[in-house]
Amino acid sequence: MRVNFTVNGRKQTADDVWEGESLLYVLRERMGLPGSKNACEQGECGSCTVRLDGVPVCSCLVAAGQAEGREVVTVEGLADYAAHRDDAHPGGACGSGSCGTSLDAAQRWQAKGTDGQTGEGTELSPIQKAFIDAGAVQCGFCTPGLLVAADELLERNSSPSDADIREALSGNLCRCTGYEKILDAVRLAAARQEEAV
Amino acid sequence: MAGTTTGIPRDVTQGLTQGGIGESTLRPDGTLKVTGEFAYSSDMWHDEMLWGQTLRSTVAHAEIVSIDTSEALAMSGVYAVLTADDLPAAKNYGLEFRDTPVLAYGKVRHHGEPVALVAADHPETARRAAAKIKVEYKELPLITDEASATAPDAVLVHEGRDDKHSKHVPHPNIVHRQPIVRGNADEAAKRADVIVKGEYTFGMQDQAFLGPESGLAVPAEDGGIDLYVATQWLHADREQIAPCLGLPEDKVRMTMAGVGGAFGGREDISMQILASILALRTGKPVKMVYNRYESFFGHVHRHPAKLYYEHGATKDGKITHMKCKIVLDGGAYASSTVSVVGNASSLSVGPYDINDVEIEAIGLYTNNPPCGAMRGFGAVQACFAYEAQMDKLAAALDMDPVELRQINAMEQGTLMPTGQVVDSPAPVAELLRRVKARPMPPERQWESSEGADVRALPGGLSNTTHGEGVVRGVGYAVGIKNVGFSEGFDDYSTAKIRLEVINGEAVATVHTAMAEVGQGGVTVHAQIARTELGVQQVTIHPADTQVGSAGSTSAGRQTYMTGGAIKNSCELVREKVLEIGRRKFGSYHPAWANAELLLEGGKVVTDGGEVLASLVDVLEDEAVEIEEEFRHRPTEAFDLRTGQGNGHVQYAFAAHRAVVEVDTELGLVKVVELACAQDVGKALNPLSVIGQIQGGTTQGLGVAVMEEIIVDPKTAKVRNPSFTDYLLPTILDTPTIPVEYLELADPNAPYGLRGIGEAPTLSSTPAVLAAIRNATGLELTKTPVRPEHLTGT
Repeated sequence: MRVNFTVNGRKQTADDVWEGESLLYVLRERMGLPGSKNACEQGECGSCTVRLDGVPVCSCLVAAGQAEGREVVTVEGLADYAAHRDDAHPGGACGSGSCGTSLDAAQRWQAKGTDGQTGEGTELSPIQKAFIDAGAVQCGFCTPGLLVAADELLERNSSPSDADIREALSGNLCRCTGYEKILDAVRLAAARQEEAV
Repeated sequence: MAGTTTGIPRDVTQGLTQGGIGESTLRPDGTLKVTGEFAYSSDMWHDEMLWGQTLRSTVAHAEIVSIDTSEALAMSGVYAVLTADDLPAAKNYGLEFRDTPVLAYGKVRHHGEPVALVAADHPETARRAAAKIKVEYKELPLITDEASATAPDAVLVHEGRDDKHSKHVPHPNIVHRQPIVRGNADEAAKRADVIVKGEYTFGMQDQAFLGPESGLAVPAEDGGIDLYVATQWLHADREQIAPCLGLPEDKVRMTMAGVGGAFGGREDISMQILASILALRTGKPVKMVYNRYESFFGHVHRHPAKLYYEHGATKDGKITHMKCKIVLDGGAYASSTVSVVGNASSLSVGPYDINDVEIEAIGLYTNNPPCGAMRGFGAVQACFAYEAQMDKLAAALDMDPVELRQINAMEQGTLMPTGQVVDSPAPVAELLRRVKARPMPPERQWESSEGADVRALPGGLSNTTHGEGVVRGVGYAVGIKNVGFSEGFDDYSTAKIRLEVINGEAVATVHTAMAEVGQGGVTVHAQIARTELGVQQVTIHPADTQVGSAGSTSAGRQTYMTGGAIKNSCELVREKVLEIGRRKFGSYHPAWANAELLLEGGKVVTDGGEVLASLVDVLEDEAVEIEEEFRHRPTEAFDLRTGQGNGHVQYAFAAHRAVVEVDTELGLVKVVELACAQDVGKALNPLSVIGQIQGGTTQGLGVAVMEEIIVDPKTAKVRNPSFTDYLLPTILDTPTIPVEYLELADPNAPYGLRGIGEAPTLSSTPAVLAAIRNATGLELTKTPVRPEHLTGT
């Protein structure tokens, strides 16, 4: 079958999709967007978390066909998504969690170069920057899913308590860090967001 | 090979004005990892690739009567279906013994053993084809524990053993036995005022790295293979892979793809040989990615263990003697069981000064899943038991459990049970003092003006209590772990360092085969190069087999060993640079001949700080390159009868205090805080050190209260191979983990550092168990503690 949907602000079409394929499979193996990770295929680990019309979902549990006509944001588009949100809702949370991308912005969107050696100079969202600075990245396999989930938390709650952070990220497993530095990263991103206002 | 491969790792360059050792330098691969651009082994892609799939055994022990692949072969999109009959060369591989079949032949020895292979153009086609392969089994009696393994008429898991341990073991179903005897435990026991005995059971833990076993094998025009995989040790892989492919090692070119965690579970081969055989057979690149279900069968686990301990002490708390027997279940294939037995026995006393000991550790062959390396490697199981014994002994003496430990704590100069002198700092009593001195987390943190916040209670959002029946408990534990490969192993690492001028700036390139599995080795490597060569720009070249072996990323050894190799090679590069400088500029300044010269800030300076020349002027268009091996001090094998020998390189120590709250009615545990103190020798990167300690602590917490691979004792089948049924700590289960570290230099180690990754995994588990015992008054002799153990239901 053919699936038409928007990925990171850009219209995409996937052809020859087998009915059993997940959104995760289509993103990774057909769209060339392997940033979303496959670690359990059961919705237990959250490594494949993406936004589907603004809602964080485990893309391994979403049949590709269910994405028809909808908007998907993956870790690859997170920096743009966050930048756009800040432009549209300066200094504040989006509120609805689904502020979307304007047609104009979508048409201007271009994939970021993937040949950057360290990615130095790459535009990062505040949560991406905070994950690096706080030491929240070790092997990094859980990182894309955690970033999408944490960004969504900060979008709806700009100053979360530790209990809020734990609750929001409880669907994302990390095996390396013991989570403490991930908490630090979310606190750091929230504090920087506060300072920026 | 035509077509293009994507996801091949590339040089990563980091330019920092600071960023030498001792600083919390950020990861050079951090940006790639947060943008999704970092390519893991499962992200590798070739535009003409096929997908590989294994078929695994559905029974644990059986003769293979027949395999019918005809239906699978007839499917459209299927390129190859292979069984053991199609193997091109050696049929077995293995880390210590070559006892593991690439594909089962004759019989299968455990549930989930690979039996056949498929290559197809879509992963689902490959899975469906594998499901159409018909295997007829004739089941054999099962060996599942010590009693069934060592019975006089026991079926042999491996017949005709001729490995180096087969001669001395008491039974062919025992992989290795290591006794250690020092002093006279029976005689010393007579001095004891109290004696405590205990029997402990440690469950099978999974490494549960998040990035599944995966990689890409690309057949090359020279008949060789280019293999991109996530592993812990490229060169050990290659030694095992090449004979199975019938290729010389130089035709097996390996490159480390992005690794999504390891924790010991990638020390053994997984899909490496399977994907290569399919690629050589089909002439096409083959990608293999295990799903989580298969991953549970695709790597070895932590040995489950039975531990029998006896300790005695005099009234004043001085331990008189210790006797123990440790039985480790190695499962169907040896993997690293021999070394795990060596560790369990030699570290079975714990960080205590006990003169009279009688120790025996054995590793079994059974039909259970194979077990091998996992963070803590034999020391974890022992620590769980000896620390439970310490609490039991303290209770029998009516003594504070921390005080009892401190009275008996080893220190620098103490003899190990192997007779080895602990010849660098061993601050065991001090680490315990530090965790004990920490302020306690406030009581009843769930209480708020708006009622109980259930998120801070056992049971959490299940809303099972608002504080009724909740009891707090506190527990302590301390452990000892060896660092590096032991028992006479020729443990070395290689570093190739190149220094040259690029775009008007001196740049150091670090090329090693070190497996970056997340621990931050690449960060530290750049820091060492900066410190030793005084440059800002450091390029980390991808790890591959074009450079000498780095040894394994395990045993807490990589910063010591590959870090040491980089330091060593950088020093040799520096000497060459100074030679060039002397040649060019020596006649202009006497300091070139007389002074101690350093490389700092891109310049050659005297130890007094006088600048003699810039690196750019010294080098001009000349590049200096050194590839050199580095070894730690040699070790000895343990005597097979007495266990005596200087077997270990270095020891690491950590202590924990756990604070738990237990809903005693429902048997639910909330770990409130898990504080750790550890001696790290020298923190090369404090941020990474703390990250390692917190991560290791959490894996210990997991095994204490939730993690266990459950193997049905009647069928030897794995019952919970998924993240739905094998529970891992989430961010809700994991408490705050305050960390204090000491930096007491080990004079034998580069920069005085100690391997840090493993020690925190040891004491975390027994500290949590001790806290739960403290809260409930129950004996609790098994990991993990389950609700039914607490409620007696």
